[in-house]
Amino acid sequence: MKKQLMYIAFICLLLTVSGCGYNVMQANEEAVKASWGDVEAAYQRRNDLVPNLVEVVKAYAKHERETLTAVTEARAKVGTIQMSKNMLDDPKTFTQFQDAQSAMSSALSRLMVVVERYPDLKANQNFQDLQHQLEGTENRINVARTRYNKTVEIFNTSIRVFPNNLTNSVLLHLKLKEPFKAEAGTEKTPKVKF
Amino acid sequence: MKIKGRGIVFNCFLITIIFYVLFLLFVPSAHALDIPKLQGYVNDYANMISPSAKAELENELRTFEQTDSTQIVILTIPSLEGEEIEDFGIKVGDTWKIGQAGKDNGIIFIAAKQDRKMRIEVGRGLEGRLTDLMAGRIIDLVIKPRFKRGNFDGGFIAGVSSLIDATRGEFKDSGNHHPQKHERSSQILTFLIFGGMILLVLGSFSRIIGGLGGAVGLPLFMYLMGLPLGFVTLVILAILGLGAGLFLPVIFSSGRHYRGGGFWYGGGYSGSGGGFGGGFGGGGFGGGGASGGW
Repeated sequence: MKKQLMYIAFICLLLTVSGCGYNVMQANEEAVKASWGDVEAAYQRRNDLVPNLVEVVKAYAKHERETLTAVTEARAKVGTIQMSKNMLDDPKTFTQFQDAQSAMSSALSRLMVVVERYPDLKANQNFQDLQHQLEGTENRINVARTRYNKTVEIFNTSIRVFPNNLTNSVLLHLKLKEPFKAEAGTEKTPKVKF
Repeated sequence: MKIKGRGIVFNCFLITIIFYVLFLLFVPSAHALDIPKLQGYVNDYANMISPSAKAELENELRTFEQTDSTQIVILTIPSLEGEEIEDFGIKVGDTWKIGQAGKDNGIIFIAAKQDRKMRIEVGRGLEGRLTDLMAGRIIDLVIKPRFKRGNFDGGFIAGVSSLIDATRGEFKDSGNHHPQKHERSSQILTFLIFGGMILLVLGSFSRIIGGLGGAVGLPLFMYLMGLPLGFVTLVILAILGLGAGLFLPVIFSSGRHYRGGGFWYGGGYSGSGGGFGGGFGGGGFGGGGASGGW
């Protein structure tokens, strides 16, 4: 009997260290935050590129005012969204962010369709460079989103399984994080195609 | 009678160990599905490069890694089979992990022959030097014109030397190529020991409870560890857990003979954890680079 009590004591000790999921959940939340940082950085990178792109296109395609305005407006809209710490647990602001960014993506892809009509512009070295940068950025966004969704999945699972859910409801009070949802009709991130 | 009992226990141990070895064999194969195997610096699966050019490239890339520690790897595939080259590229990067851990200084140059598409996938540590723009220019100005003329050898050789010029000096060779860690395996070991203790307690109350606890607990623990487990593996784990739950308490209480001798078969894990990885492994990719066609 004494032996059994000793085992139990030992297990209780281990439980308090690793078994209740406290550390796991904390670590997973940090992973979500880190991967979100990459998502933000990738979107920011795209936003920084847009003014240059608009300038270059404007020089060759003056008549495409409408398309260019749409891009500028989409960029301004993205800028108005407040990035807060709680954004990831709040479905509403998160959806706003995602909608604004996908409006940006579609405005950009329309611009790229328009560009097809201007061979001079397409041959312009500046424009070609911007094209590469934009392509690269879209790809980074794609990669960052996929990775973010993976970390969210892991985190969300980790706060819902037993016994972590008990620890969470008593001690941590972490909320489920929002993943990126696929756009209606598409399975992947909208891609800017050339 | 006692001797016979010990024989059964010993057999069970053998079976258990065999199952664990099988389980270990399952795990790595779950990752590498569509990604070709990494053979060296030049992985010419589409037969685009002549033997002499291949030797030259291998030589050049080896020398470059020795001086700068930056790893550049070439991969040619016959067809993308409908996949986007960007998606394929990042998968290859994540699987091969070209570059040193911590430096993330790997580059993968991928060409898909039938799709006439190529991509330069740049590791995170090199994004400052080899920007998307720079990679795009190398594709447009150096590689594409040669590929268009069908001069694949020339394209690869000129492309590689442009990549080397662009990234030279970013990193210096540290002379240390052993970034492998045992974090994962030691974590699993902790869980196994922990699980074993629980089974001992449960089993000391009742053999049935111990067995059930093992059958449920072992697959659950492995699942919680985030290992990629299939249904079959889970079933095997459940059987293992059942065995462990039934027999651990027996061994522990009756047999001092077995103490210390192969008691924690978790040892198999820690040993095998460091087996992979030679020169390559550890570099991270974040989607940087550029694509193009010819």
